[in-house]
Order: sequence, then structure tokens, then C-alpha cells
Amino acid sequence: MANQGVNRGRRRFLVAATSVVGGAGVAAVAAPFLASLQPSARAQAAGAPVEFDVSAVEPGQRVSVEWRGQPIWVVRRTEEMIAGLSEVTDRLRDPESEVETQQPEYAQNEHRSRDPEILVVVGICTHLGCSPTYRPEIGDPEMGSDWQGGWLCGCHGSRFDLAGRVYRNMPAATNLVIPRHMFRTDTLLVIGEDEDGEAI
Amino acid sequence: MASNPDTKIQGGLLGWVDARFPLSQMWNEHLAQYYAPKNFNFWYFFGSLALLVLVIQIVSGIFLTMFYKPDADLAFASVEYIMRDVEWGWLIRYMHSTGASMFFVVVYLHMFRALLYGSYKKPRELIWIFGVLIYLVLMAEAFAGYLLPWGQMSYWGAQVIVNLFQTIPYIGPDLVTWIRGDFLLSDATLNRFFALHVIALPLVLIMLVAAHIIALHEVGSNNPDGVEIKKNKDENGIPKDGIPFHPYYSVKDLVGVGVFLMVFAVIMFFFPTGGGLFLKPDNMIPADPLVTPDLIPPVWYFTSMYSVLRSVPDPFLGVVAMGAAVVMLFFIPWLDRNPVLSMRYRSFAAKFNLAVFVVAFVILGWLGLQQATTEVSEMSLRFSTVYFAFFFLLWFLSKERSAVFSLIAFAVVVGIYTIYDILRFDPSDASLIMWSWLIPTVYLFVTMVAPAFARGLGRDRAVPERVTS
Repeated sequence: MANQGVNRGRRRFLVAATSVVGGAGVAAVAAPFLASLQPSARAQAAGAPVEFDVSAVEPGQRVSVEWRGQPIWVVRRTEEMIAGLSEVTDRLRDPESEVETQQPEYAQNEHRSRDPEILVVVGICTHLGCSPTYRPEIGDPEMGSDWQGGWLCGCHGSRFDLAGRVYRNMPAATNLVIPRHMFRTDTLLVIGEDEDGEAI
Repeated sequence: MASNPDTKIQGGLLGWVDARFPLSQMWNEHLAQYYAPKNFNFWYFFGSLALLVLVIQIVSGIFLTMFYKPDADLAFASVEYIMRDVEWGWLIRYMHSTGASMFFVVVYLHMFRALLYGSYKKPRELIWIFGVLIYLVLMAEAFAGYLLPWGQMSYWGAQVIVNLFQTIPYIGPDLVTWIRGDFLLSDATLNRFFALHVIALPLVLIMLVAAHIIALHEVGSNNPDGVEIKKNKDENGIPKDGIPFHPYYSVKDLVGVGVFLMVFAVIMFFFPTGGGLFLKPDNMIPADPLVTPDLIPPVWYFTSMYSVLRSVPDPFLGVVAMGAAVVMLFFIPWLDRNPVLSMRYRSFAAKFNLAVFVVAFVILGWLGLQQATTEVSEMSLRFSTVYFAFFFLLWFLSKERSAVFSLIAFAVVVGIYTIYDILRFDPSDASLIMWSWLIPTVYLFVTMVAPAFARGLGRDRAVPERVTS
């Protein structure tokens, strides 16, 4: 080829076009790699609902059920515990459960459950994911004389009442999550599924 | 080439190689004819020691990989297998776990050296940037490695740190699911952390170390006097205050290696758990997603940043503060505009600033290991304030400031956290909030107000022409 000068416009166009096409290629190749890191089909299938018979849960007792690898607590609250729920209202951050993502509609009430007695809640602190400890005793000396029972997160000190509602000025900013659930019979609890279908 | 009379033609194997690969040239450029200042002191051991620990980690890591199983059902047992049944397996594992902690010890001391002698200043900004990147990758590497034994601490430590990303508005929850590869920390997470720990991050680390050294050898080493030795060259173009790295510093560094390996061996053989600082008792319990240990402190080298995180009540802002605590390091070369490199010739205020920064970093580290009581949170907040104020002071002390400017700047900075104190004031902690307010305030008074009136405190000294010893 002779050195007849350079067509700069054409050269710039070719460089730009090659870069754009090459960039699109890189993006297209990156997509499957990035997508491969998402939960696999098997991990998604492992999220099937679980069943649990609540008739064996004693008043005041908390039972941990595993659903999707998380602890789901089932608590049968006593009369006294239910009465305590309204006494702590003014010390809670979100007593009316106004943050919609934290519970299904049917749990948006003071006791945050379908049945005032039976609480079904995900046992993972909404701060950074530790599992809080159950402190059911009313007036527990370590928790203060006005303690109405609930949970204390050992990691960063967040406190929750017996409906999983977070106290004010805690590291956790939202109430514990209530999973979608329903009763198939009077005592057979299904976690991860309700009338609207399975939880996402 | 062969016709060039100036080039001494080497025969033999070396000559054959040199004609095909710049072996002798590289040897000379980086060792035999790399002229380093003759006045290196104790603080200059840690660069080569960091390289040594990198090699220890890679070698011991390769051997651990031969026995370890990256599977949530098998991982914990395979580590126990290494500890009990593999010949010398305990030694290899303790070498790797001790090496992880020693890596941070050496790197922190190396970074302190850079702050002490201004090694981040022009023309060495890129060396510093590469160095901070190495520090970042090292943190990621250590974090990924800590999950692999799949004990309670591994699991819940990773749970807390991965969930930090959850606090990012809008994309947080999806991002966390993507990082974990599952709806909870599980086998999928372990597998990918293994991939990152044994191949992806080490590769990045090695490339960054290479860039760090290439940049260093391009501009030349700084020294405790902060004097540019290339300004004084003899007739052959060799710096008068420089000596060839090899054999002078290679031999000096060997002494450092000897002492370091003694310390290393004592820890590895007699205190492999470091009293719970290097390896935690709770990690001898297999991971259980349903039970959280009572206290989840991070490994010691993360605790300073962790304290910064905990000092902010809002989850997302806490993460931002923690990220900023690291990212601020990148800006140091442009914050500190003072032309004097070495602390030897800097003012009292500058020395005090650096000393307080080191103390604050250590105290934050200690606080990060404690249960989050009111006192611990309050102290974390105060020393986090000091930590960030250090960067402001680097800029402030770039030159002598007028009395008026000093007072105004002091009032503004103190005002910012005092307003925050008033907003968060809680009568039950009144005395704690009030007396701890003095911590950042006294520090700022000494570094900002005192030099405005006692001028000697803020005045840098003259830097000599040549290195001093």
C-alpha cells in the first residue's frame, strides 16, 4: 500500500465502530457469567413450603422450624403475653406494622398473626441477620422491669417484643419478618404458602 | 547487536538466555543496580516481609487445597481431617492461619511507614494507590478465606458482612441474594468464596504487588529523611546517597526475615489461636444456620473498621462510614500538600496528628472486639470522629494557617459533631456524652488552635540537602 495519507475520519469511525461492537461482545459474554451467580434452579426449588403441627406447642413455648434454611419461630403466647403487647406500644418503632414488606396483610395487626395466640415469625434479626435469643420472662431482671417478653439480638443488641416488633433506637430499623403462612386445618400450620400461593 | 563493541558479549547459558530474554537486565534494574537510599531503618523491613508472607500463604494454601473440600457438608470435617489425620496437616494449617494475621501486622506497619516518611507524596502517589488496592484485596481475600472452615464464626461472620450490602437502598436485597447464590448463606456461597479465595483474588493480588514494585522501582525508594537521592548524582549518574539493593539491602532484609520467622514460629507452634484473636473457639463448632453465637466479633484486623460501622446508628450510613474509612486512604496523597515528606522535619502538630491517628486506630480495633454497650458505642463514635478528622488535619496542616482561619476551621469542625451530640442527646448518658466530647475536641485544639498561637508547634523544620546517616 502506498502512503497516500490517512483518511482520519474513516479511521476514527472504524475505531469507534470496532470498540462498540467489541464492547457489546464483552457485555454479552459477561452476562451468562454474572447470571450464573444467581440462585440455581435447585436452590429455588428447595424453597418449598413446610408443614408443622402447632397443637404440641405449650403456652409460652417457642419452637424453631426450619424453612429455606432459616429458623421460623412458632410461639404460643399466653394471655399475659398478649396483654403485654399493648403496653409496649409507645416504646416501639413501628407498632402498627406500617412497613408493608415485613408482613403479609393478614398479619398487619397488633399481634402480627392470624391467630392472636400463635405467632409465626422469621427468627433472623432485620439488622445484620443474627438470630436473636428468646427472652419470654415478663420483667426479666436483665432486660429491665418493664420488659414484657420478647427477643434480644446478641450481636448488636436489638430488642423485639413478643410480636417481633422492634423497639425504638435499636440497630435494627424494621420489625421481624412474618413469612406467608396459613392453617390447613385448625392445628396444621403451613409455612411459605397461603391462600395467594407460595411465597416468592 | 553483536557488532556493538561496547556490549560485552557473554558466553555460556546466561549469554544464550540474555539474547532471548532480558534476564541480566531485569536482575540489574531491580536488584544489582537498583540504587536505594543508604539510610533505610527498621521500618523498611516490612515491604520485603509482606512479600515473604505472600509466598508463605501461597505455598501453604496450595497444600491446604489438596485436602480441603469446598462443600457445606464436608468442609468442616475436612479441616478437622487436615488437623488430625494429614501428616503435618496441623502445621500447614496453622502456618496459613498465622500467616493471615501476620500479613495484616506487616501490612499495617508498612502503611504506617509510608505515613511516617511521606512515602505517598509526589512522585510516589501511584505506589500508594496500588498499596491501598492491595490492602483492599487482602481484606476481601481474608474475608473469603475465613468462611471456608465452615464453623460458627465463619458462618455468622460472613452472614453479618454479606448482609451489610442489604442496607444499600433499592438493590440491596437482590444484590445479597446474588452474592450468596441462594436465599441464605449456603453451599453455593461456600463454593464461590472458595473460588475467589484460591484463584481470583490471589491472581489480582499478585498482579497488584507486581504493579506496586514496578512503580516503586520507576521512581525510586523514599527514605527516613524524605530527601530525593536522585538530585545528587556522581559522574556515573549513580545517586551519591544510594547503594545497590543487592547485596546491601538483600542481606539486610535477610536479617529481618530471620527475626520475623522466629516470631512467626513462636506464634505458630505455641499460640496458634492468638488467645482467640487469630482463631476463635466458636469456630470449632460446625456452622449452624439456626443458632447465632452470643458475640460475633470479626478477626482482629477488621475490628477498627467494624467499630466505625457500629458507631453510626443508621445501618446504611454505617456501611457508608466504614467504606469511607478505607476509601479515604486513597486521597491521602492529595490531601497532604505539605512539601516536607518525613515526619522528622514536620511540625509538632503534624507528629501529634499521626500519633493520635495510630492510637485511635488501635483503640477502635480494641472496641470492635467488645460487646456493644453504651460506653463502647460512645467511644467508637468519638474515635471514629478522630479517625476521620485525621484526614482533614492532613490537609489543614499542609501549610501554616492564619489565627483567624484556624479558629474558624476549629469552630466549624467541632460544631459539626457538637450539633450531632445535641440532636442525639439522651439525659441518661449525659455525663458520658459530655466528657467523651473532650476526646476529639482536645485533639483538634492541639492540632488546630495551639499552633495558631504558639507558632513553634506548627512550624516545619528545614530539610537537609543529603540524607543524614
